[in-house]
Amino acid sequence: MSAPFTVIHAGHAATGEPAPRTPTQVPHRGGTANPSAARLQAQFPQFYERHEVIWGDTTVYVRPEAILDVVRWLHDDAGEQYDYLVDVTAVEYRDVEHPLEVVWHLRSLPFRRFLRLKAQLPKGTPLRVPSVWPVYRGADWLERECFDMFGISFEGHPDLRRILMWEQYREGYPLRKDFPLRGRFSRAEQLRQALSQNPEAKYSMEELTIADAFEDLPQDMRQRLAGGERTGE
Amino acid sequence: MATKRTIDVALSTTGLDREGRPQRVPLVADGSGQVTAMAAPPSLEPELEGEHMLINLGPQHPATHGVLRLVLELDGETVVRCIPHVGYLHCGFEKIGEYRQYNQIIPWTDREDYLNSPGNNIAFALGAERLFGVEITERCTVLRVIALELSRIISHLVWVGTTCIDIGAFTPFLWAFQERENIYNLLEGWVGARLTTSISRVGGMAADIPDGWLDGLRGFLKTFPKTLVEVDKMITRNGIWVGRTIGLGIMTPQDAINYGLSGAMARASGVAWDMRKDFPYLDYETYDFDVPIGVNGDVYDRFLVRMEELRQSVRILEQAVERLPDGPVNVNDPRLILPPKSKATSEMESMIHHFKLVMEGPRPPVGEVYVPVESPKGEKGYYFVSDGTAKPVRWRIRPPSFVNLSAIPKMVEGHLLSDVIAINASIDIVMGEIDR
Repeated sequence: MSAPFTVIHAGHAATGEPAPRTPTQVPHRGGTANPSAARLQAQFPQFYERHEVIWGDTTVYVRPEAILDVVRWLHDDAGEQYDYLVDVTAVEYRDVEHPLEVVWHLRSLPFRRFLRLKAQLPKGTPLRVPSVWPVYRGADWLERECFDMFGISFEGHPDLRRILMWEQYREGYPLRKDFPLRGRFSRAEQLRQALSQNPEAKYSMEELTIADAFEDLPQDMRQRLAGGERTGE
Repeated sequence: MATKRTIDVALSTTGLDREGRPQRVPLVADGSGQVTAMAAPPSLEPELEGEHMLINLGPQHPATHGVLRLVLELDGETVVRCIPHVGYLHCGFEKIGEYRQYNQIIPWTDREDYLNSPGNNIAFALGAERLFGVEITERCTVLRVIALELSRIISHLVWVGTTCIDIGAFTPFLWAFQERENIYNLLEGWVGARLTTSISRVGGMAADIPDGWLDGLRGFLKTFPKTLVEVDKMITRNGIWVGRTIGLGIMTPQDAINYGLSGAMARASGVAWDMRKDFPYLDYETYDFDVPIGVNGDVYDRFLVRMEELRQSVRILEQAVERLPDGPVNVNDPRLILPPKSKATSEMESMIHHFKLVMEGPRPPVGEVYVPVESPKGEKGYYFVSDGTAKPVRWRIRPPSFVNLSAIPKMVEGHLLSDVIAINASIDIVMGEIDR
């Protein structure tokens, strides 16, 4: 048995602040901004775009290419300590001119702060942002889901594959606004594709390379196995 | 007729390590007599020595709590690598939510983490109310606390019961499910549904509690701690239980935070963080309760933390029953709340009001909001983006099970295959929430 861990207390750096209370009468816009926003502006003036306070939460817009540096600074700086990645997601608006937004929800457990970071990806540009996986291991699946649902590629992610949809899914990215609710393909085609899959015999190439004799198989059989095709039952 | 479920080639071949080198290393002394590696005992099947095996656990395995599939690379019985696959239950809740009004989404929230339906409904309503800018009534606040803690008890009871089954104890499962049945009876008396409750509405609740309901709850609060004591006696110091859980799947507090673990998973690892204390909602700061913290971060600590949370939920419920004030349940806001049915069928104005609310739906102002709550599984939050229409532009579920499960490769590495079952059970996953 190893020695017990030292307990990390949330809010241990927020000494002197009043005990947290249930927020009441939260204003729609305005109110005190998270102090991290001003420090972020001073630290990264070239990447900082603007910030706004909506319903009590501070949203900071930053340049997409700088997100890894910004997040790394927020994580490491002793005065910020955003050590918890709550969520990575994206928003596409109904307005087709409005850029697609990638959203990071960060929480500083020592200071009990919450910060929303946003990067705007204009329509027509490649949907690419740096991955925050080097800073937060918890970003792994969240970024994969965001890639799966929106087609945003997170550069530097170690294993960016589809996660909720299967790897051979060809209809596109379901949460994009141009994706119809019923899917792109007809019901008959969707059914045909679903029946042709054998979800329990689907292995990724990485998994199949664990098996030695996989290399000895003929090329077309390897393709079929990796594609999750039914194996003749 | 037996069906072939996995690929034969993947099951009967030698392994490669991560760099692609064959894993079969000869364990012999070199010419100078120096033994460089421990000589292996002669194997009955020498051709299998050092081979890695690829096995497929799930998605139809009963101990994966749903349709989780784990592809495990085994060295003997030790897990070298674990590759999880999820998504078999994906229903596209978030996409469907973009085509529904806010109150119409609430039935969908029942179905994601179906062991915690009241919790999801209320978390959704809290987020939507922030987005609409309404303040709920005193009575509604306390009723919601009661529903939240009841659903926490349900979820933890199912967790204790099914984990006992996974590890080999059958009796606590029956006791846990019997108590859970009592809570479902209470919920049935409140809203008429047992599993998919849809207990809340934006701005209030689906229904006030019926007369005499609190007496039923008081009766439950009297008998339930006795069951807890029995479960505690049965397994907490049971040699088999302790042997199967201690020292498994250890996460350090730093790792727990970095991997995004939340809820009982983080607290068992020594992260003293509970949304109800640190980012309170529904006046949780006015209740007297303790947050259990583990210091070893293993499966046994997760069990202890959840058992203690059950007792603390009983404490919160006892206080909530005492303080439940009289008064209206729903906010007095005609933008959100339907007129009484008797008026809607007798007065023209109320009928128009009813019609417009049902057909067009309430419209929140432009904005976005993320409101997290402490669900039994961890930090659950709903992120809404509104463009001023009656349907959200984006409705995002922050799924605690999903993020907790993503750490399973780290937790099971180096453990035995049978321990994978215990570690997987300790995460307390609900696939409906992971796949959504």
